[in-house]
Amino acid sequence: MPTANTPAGTVTSHPSVSVSAPSAGWNDAGVDTPDGAATTVMNLADVSVHYGSYEAVRGTSMPIRQNQITAMIGPSGCGKSTILRSLNRMNDLIAGARVTGSVTYHGQDIYAKDVDPIQVRRRIGMVFQKPNPFPKSIYDNVAYGLRINGIKGKLDDHVEEALTGAALWDEVKDKLKTSGLALSGGQQQRLCIARTIAVKPDVILMDEPCSALDPIATSKIEDLMYELSKSYTIVIVTHNMQQAARVSHYTAFFTAEVDEKQVRHGRLVEFDQTSRIFTNPGDKRTEDYITGRFG
Amino acid sequence: MTLTENKPETRPSLAPQKGGLLADRAFSWWTLGTGLLVLGILALILITTVREAWPAFVEMGFRYVTERTWDPNPAEGAPIFGALSFMYGTAVTSLIALLIAVPVSIGIALFITELAPRRLRGSAITVIDLLAAVPSVVFGLWGVLVLAPILVDFYRGVHDVFSGVPVLGTIFGEAASGRNFMTAGLILAIMVTPIITSICREVFGTVPQADKDAALALGATRWEMIRGAVFPHSFGGITGAVMLGLGRAMGETIAVALVVGGSTNLSANLFEPGNTMAAVIVQQFGESTGTYTAALIGLGVVLFGMTVLINLAAQRIVRRAEARMRGGVA
Repeated sequence: MPTANTPAGTVTSHPSVSVSAPSAGWNDAGVDTPDGAATTVMNLADVSVHYGSYEAVRGTSMPIRQNQITAMIGPSGCGKSTILRSLNRMNDLIAGARVTGSVTYHGQDIYAKDVDPIQVRRRIGMVFQKPNPFPKSIYDNVAYGLRINGIKGKLDDHVEEALTGAALWDEVKDKLKTSGLALSGGQQQRLCIARTIAVKPDVILMDEPCSALDPIATSKIEDLMYELSKSYTIVIVTHNMQQAARVSHYTAFFTAEVDEKQVRHGRLVEFDQTSRIFTNPGDKRTEDYITGRFG
Repeated sequence: MTLTENKPETRPSLAPQKGGLLADRAFSWWTLGTGLLVLGILALILITTVREAWPAFVEMGFRYVTERTWDPNPAEGAPIFGALSFMYGTAVTSLIALLIAVPVSIGIALFITELAPRRLRGSAITVIDLLAAVPSVVFGLWGVLVLAPILVDFYRGVHDVFSGVPVLGTIFGEAASGRNFMTAGLILAIMVTPIITSICREVFGTVPQADKDAALALGATRWEMIRGAVFPHSFGGITGAVMLGLGRAMGETIAVALVVGGSTNLSANLFEPGNTMAAVIVQQFGESTGTYTAALIGLGVVLFGMTVLINLAAQRIVRRAEARMRGGVA
């Protein structure tokens, strides 16, 4: 696990403070991690995303802290997924998409001219809303990322490590040659997580990873996220406020606003420790949303 | 209070409605009928051609498919009808065509679906489709008048490079003229490229964006994404496209008849003239009578049989690959 030696953004690294996940009770995780304690891995400064001439999200600034889980919540169309996809340049793949402002990763602008998006995605992995294993065996699903990253020879140990890390090994160790598509939805999603962590990224982005899963599978993924946060930095977009409250250390609340020309834009309303967002939000709109008054 | 059923007159009717049922039944009869029609036509073709070819099969027996000599008018003795040389010609020209056309077609299809800028896509598709609209006799004439004379020097050059090398020296042997197996294969390659390309394009278009995103999010380059996400999804479709191309190549008649050289020849040297089953039929049918005609129709039966066998084999491969993809043991 690489540590940030050139922390960027507003928060300075503090060597004496542990950046490991809170030891117990992860509901009050935010309380255990005082603001500014963890190293900032990524930082967004005044980030706006345009699709053609349409500005989907405007002026987002927030840090992503190391070994913490940052949740992005908000009503549909508030731009939370758009912002998430801008963190590993997945928006590049959409014709006409443009990102302004700065997204830094360990102090480097990931949109700089000399930055290869492939290297960005290699370090900032992503898990998607719908489980999307490749139509290959379980083994090959995990090995795929290793192979494209030039890891040669025996991959068995790497595959086992990744599947163990995704809490899937015991369920699949006897059927590694079976197609990944033969697994249940929750297992498929954990396979996708295994595939992502196999290449040992630094940050894992999760775009509503549980929205297609039943409650039991969801709770397994949530437990897994807690385990993963010991080694990885996680950013999760979720529609489920309880999920954000349960799993995250920090929460960013987005909403959609209509401007003077009657065009909707996504906007970051508030970013704070999760405990504060859910108990004592600083903004009226956040309070209305989390108490269920809209959205 | 006890629950009582509604009185019959107030119950909503769940009985089938007359009109809908009738239309449904008509629809199923219509689809069944058209399905059976295809089978019927196939069976009729098979029965009548076999019947017409029967005298030749009886005369030659198994030698019809194992004998390489085809001599309808021998100086003395009975005519000999051996299809083996033509079966070989059909196989080898089609194989050359596929070896060239499949990689090219997949490349074009990938370019159109994955790489080409949007405004280039439309015109690229049009150009490829235009290629399919060229009549095959035009391809044949172009092959025999333009391509063959140009290629003969190229063939000689290739022969000089490989002469003396085992195997390759035999395959790329002496070239007497530009009309040979190789030129026929090249012309066929051009002819089957549009159909393989357009099916591959459709197939690649059905690969879920989610799968491509998954590969790219792992840090895959575009090529790695294509290998990891596009190809596994497209295996069945690509095989289907190749089979359609193969069917076209094996059955192509007039273009091949013009460029293949027209000699009964079973040779590993691709630069020698030869003949294919379809080409022989079109060249000789007009001048044939009796058993000779039967023997030519027999070529059609053999061609039909080969095509069916190849298609069945391909279906098996695809079914097994897809079962593996969905959840069987890899």
